[in-house]
Amino acid sequence: MPELVITVARFGFLILLWIFVFTVVGVIRRDLFAGARSGRLVAAPRGVGAVLGQGGKPARVKRGKAARQLVVTAGQLAGTRITLGEAQITIGRAEDSTLVITDDYASARHARLVPRDGQWFVEDLGSTNGTYLDRAKVTGPTPVPLGVPIRIGRTSLELRP
Amino acid sequence: MTAAATSTSPPTSTGGQSGVRLARSRRNAELSLLLLAMVLVAAYGAMVEASVLDTVTPSFWVPAAALSAVFLGLHVAIRFLAPFADPALLPAVALLNGLGVGFLHRLDLARATPAERAELATFAGTGGRQLAWTLISVALAAGLLAVVRDHRSISRYAYTLGLAGIVLVMIPAVLPPSISEINGAKLWIRVGGLSIQPGEFAKLALLAFFAYYLVRKREVLSLASRRFLGVDLPRGRDLGPVVVVWLISLLVLVFEKDLGTSLLYFGMFVATLYIATERVSWLLIGLVLFFGGAYLAYVLGDLIGGPFANFYLRANIWLDPFADPYNDGYQLVQGLLALGSGGMFGAGPGAGQPLKLPEVQNDFIFAGLGEEIGLFGLSALLVVYLLIVERGLRAALAVHDSFGKLLAGGLAFTLGLQVFVIVGGISGLIPLTGQTTPFLSAGGSSLMANWLLIAILLRISDAARRPVTGGGPPSTRPTGGPPEQLHGAPTEVIRP
Repeated sequence: MPELVITVARFGFLILLWIFVFTVVGVIRRDLFAGARSGRLVAAPRGVGAVLGQGGKPARVKRGKAARQLVVTAGQLAGTRITLGEAQITIGRAEDSTLVITDDYASARHARLVPRDGQWFVEDLGSTNGTYLDRAKVTGPTPVPLGVPIRIGRTSLELRP
Repeated sequence: MTAAATSTSPPTSTGGQSGVRLARSRRNAELSLLLLAMVLVAAYGAMVEASVLDTVTPSFWVPAAALSAVFLGLHVAIRFLAPFADPALLPAVALLNGLGVGFLHRLDLARATPAERAELATFAGTGGRQLAWTLISVALAAGLLAVVRDHRSISRYAYTLGLAGIVLVMIPAVLPPSISEINGAKLWIRVGGLSIQPGEFAKLALLAFFAYYLVRKREVLSLASRRFLGVDLPRGRDLGPVVVVWLISLLVLVFEKDLGTSLLYFGMFVATLYIATERVSWLLIGLVLFFGGAYLAYVLGDLIGGPFANFYLRANIWLDPFADPYNDGYQLVQGLLALGSGGMFGAGPGAGQPLKLPEVQNDFIFAGLGEEIGLFGLSALLVVYLLIVERGLRAALAVHDSFGKLLAGGLAFTLGLQVFVIVGGISGLIPLTGQTTPFLSAGGSSLMANWLLIAILLRISDAARRPVTGGGPPSTRPTGGPPEQLHGAPTEVIRP
């Protein structure tokens, strides 16, 4: 084997190794930037995050705009986000809930969020300590506006666009 | 792609319009990364042959092809079993594993006489055996993905796993040294020609137990009693489990004569505890306990020797490797010289002299590789480890349930800690202890356990990245109705 070929191959291999590393980084870049966008582990209260994150383009909170995310703003799971689809979200301590909350004041099947015609409804599933939309206790299916906290025990959730 | 990341791309559409979610599983990205990794492994094999044999044999591609086949098999399995799993994990691990097999094959070539080299079969020698172990381990990983369809089901067996873990840790300690001792460390079970390192599997079992236990206890453990120097100290009675694990890891240090393993178990527990409670005080308490214990073992080793003598010796070698470079310090000194002669870009694959390194196929594989690919190549490998750990932690951040968070965080941390312990050891940062380098070192137990670890991480990352689906059209779903009906209604879970 000529010396030249080996030398070229040697450096080529090292370069290829780093190309692999950067390709992997490229594939996961989306996640890295997502981390930078919401650098805090704990979701900020409504308004604050929008100002910090999007720089002068605050999220407009108005009725009728589709909610895309359910964000936990307080409690043990603070910072957790669930992307909303068209499926209902169940909340409770039961392991098969969509959002499993370990909160002393939550029931196994505490509440659920159901979409209907573009509007999300919160519904209490007969919990012991109740579900509150802002200050009001939820008795039947109640429409949830964007950015209004749903309180379950020590946990607070809200819909974000 | 976490839920947070999904919002940056527009695949989600809620509301009354279309409501169709184009979930990105990113399996094709995984496939192309995997192919790139396999090209690297094949290139490494070719270059080794070019250096050692001075020619590239027509069959240089056989090990790389066998590896590619089995990794592609796992990739296909992931497509069916965990379609939303992290795309970066498999290719990164495959690259490390492939380079490990390539390097071990290179050692076989260097050991063999020219006559034997010609007929070195694919599955012969250290490299061949490692290749066979890889096939078995990847099959096991796929099996785990198939059996465990929901990582939360692991928590059901938490106490069984915890007991199994402790038994696995203890077996080598109670066995006679003739069966369990290799190079001064009692970590093995040797049956016939086969040696099993049960501690590697105990790691996984204990982590599952820790995660389960801490999910249940974290409320209590995060209670603070008083502030001291700006740190919330936990209550005295809550220290119990930490002290127990600390004692167990000290017993491992004494009876199995292995600092690395005991550091690994204890670090694993403290890290999981920290993830569960978010209290810095636990980290500080853990560090103080560990360094206190290690220093005590050092002092005791100096004074009374006995079970502490091995650790005392290793600490002294670490403090001054060149004090006795031909006997006690031989291993570490040879490793440092190998890294040093590798320099920035290394001698080139196959051009170093790894056989001068004792234990080059196990503990010192990183030094052996470093001599040939240099700092430039080694740092790429370290970044690959870093990326694997990062993906694990990312899965832990994104998954919704607490058990999954703790398990994924703990597993990722353990992998990182193990790399730190061994790479720190061979580079003289910490006392050298016999840990395997994950995915690189020769050894079936380590490879199997680490592939199982990756399978669990894949499973959890699949749960974390899977979009919330499974509901019927909103209009057909009753939103009102009595609770009795709700219990009968299909419960929407993140994972079906």
